[in-house]
Amino acid sequence: MKHVEVLIIGAGPAGLSAADVLLEAGAEVALIDRSDRPGGQLTKQTHMFFGSQEHYASKRGIEILHVLYDKIKDHPRLHMFSETTVAGLYPDRVVACVSGQRYFTIQADIIIVATGASEKSLPFENNDLPGVYAAGAVQTLMNVYGVKPGDKVLMVGSGNIGLIVAYQLMQAGVKVPVLVEAAKTISGYHVHASKIRRLGVDIRMRTSIKRALGTDHVEGAQIWQLDARWQGIAGTEETIEVDTICLAVGLSPLTELLQQLGAEVIYINELGGHVPRLNEKFETTVEGVYACGDVAGIEEASSAMIAGKIAGLEAALKQGYALEDAQARQAALHTSLKTLRSGPHGEKIRKGHARLGART
Amino acid sequence: MRIHQHPILDFGERKTIRFSYNGQTLEGLEGDTIASALHAHGVKKLSESIHLKRPRGFYCAIGNCASCNMVVNGEPNVRTCITPLEDGMDVRLQEGKGRIR
Repeated sequence: MKHVEVLIIGAGPAGLSAADVLLEAGAEVALIDRSDRPGGQLTKQTHMFFGSQEHYASKRGIEILHVLYDKIKDHPRLHMFSETTVAGLYPDRVVACVSGQRYFTIQADIIIVATGASEKSLPFENNDLPGVYAAGAVQTLMNVYGVKPGDKVLMVGSGNIGLIVAYQLMQAGVKVPVLVEAAKTISGYHVHASKIRRLGVDIRMRTSIKRALGTDHVEGAQIWQLDARWQGIAGTEETIEVDTICLAVGLSPLTELLQQLGAEVIYINELGGHVPRLNEKFETTVEGVYACGDVAGIEEASSAMIAGKIAGLEAALKQGYALEDAQARQAALHTSLKTLRSGPHGEKIRKGHARLGART
Repeated sequence: MRIHQHPILDFGERKTIRFSYNGQTLEGLEGDTIASALHAHGVKKLSESIHLKRPRGFYCAIGNCASCNMVVNGEPNVRTCITPLEDGMDVRLQEGKGRIR
């Protein structure tokens, strides 16, 4: 069995950031990702980031990915495993991997789980029809592979993903006549909502999808208005002519591997679902196993990069690397994370972490 | 269904890849996954559900949901959304759980 010092699962913003810190500290790092290209959500993010300089403000996700990956990709102590899926994670830090027809195991001193999240679905009639796609998946189809999901899309959900993907669909030449939102207010940034409204997207509040129409694939969608108890109001049904339905209804942390390992996870609605219990060093309840990024609570890529650096630094210290100014760097990173979580849009995250902390 | 003009992205010239879908020869482009190449041709139904035989297509694009599982070169349950397209691949619609050779 192969042995590495640190094994990172997931080469998205959190995993790449953790790898960078660890390589700089002097560690040997294995980075595993099931995709054929690193980057996770950054591979498809053509929009510019907000925040300050240290959070890569006004850079596009795809550019940030280049900065992060170009810095580490040729490092002699980096072992990159792409198109590799971790199928098993065990308490003695043995990692079972599958790549194509090949199965192998790696033992690591330290494991950093940065598996990210998967998009949620929504219960409605025919929600399994081809043409009903997760919004982030459509973003990948368009921005990574250059393929349109269809000609006309109904967007469901007004969070930032729904708003941004609606805009990016139009950039790709796809029509987005309607966006429905079950709540009575836009849940993403108003600047994004205003932008798509100006481009003619009819944003309907207190409205949801009732059913998808079609037999083999989506040929339309029926939407309806919701009452104060979130129930559809009979008689308000309206048929929209679309060939694609995009669901932007939130994400769930991918904690299956952590659960398999026996790390404690707790259900925190505000963080997207089951999240690992972490100490202030981002270590799970299993010693030597850390978690960072969306797997520890749904946030944005900016926060995932900071969290990745924190986990990377802690893992390097644990592994015995002497780091200059380690304490000052940690303090600065925690402050930076706090800044990102401040303001009205960070309220849900703050509440979620407060609830998670209260359970510790 | 290819994007030809885009204000930010330039997909450049990409090499053609020939593959077979249910016995029919189709062309994809270098950098495609199996699912993206099929979608570019408007092929949305990738498999049939196990019990009710309902059509299944692309959903998550990260190899997580199993909705895009197809039979590739005789091997069932290949996650076509994260599997790169290769020259000469034999791709088939998957019925139910598929059969392991």
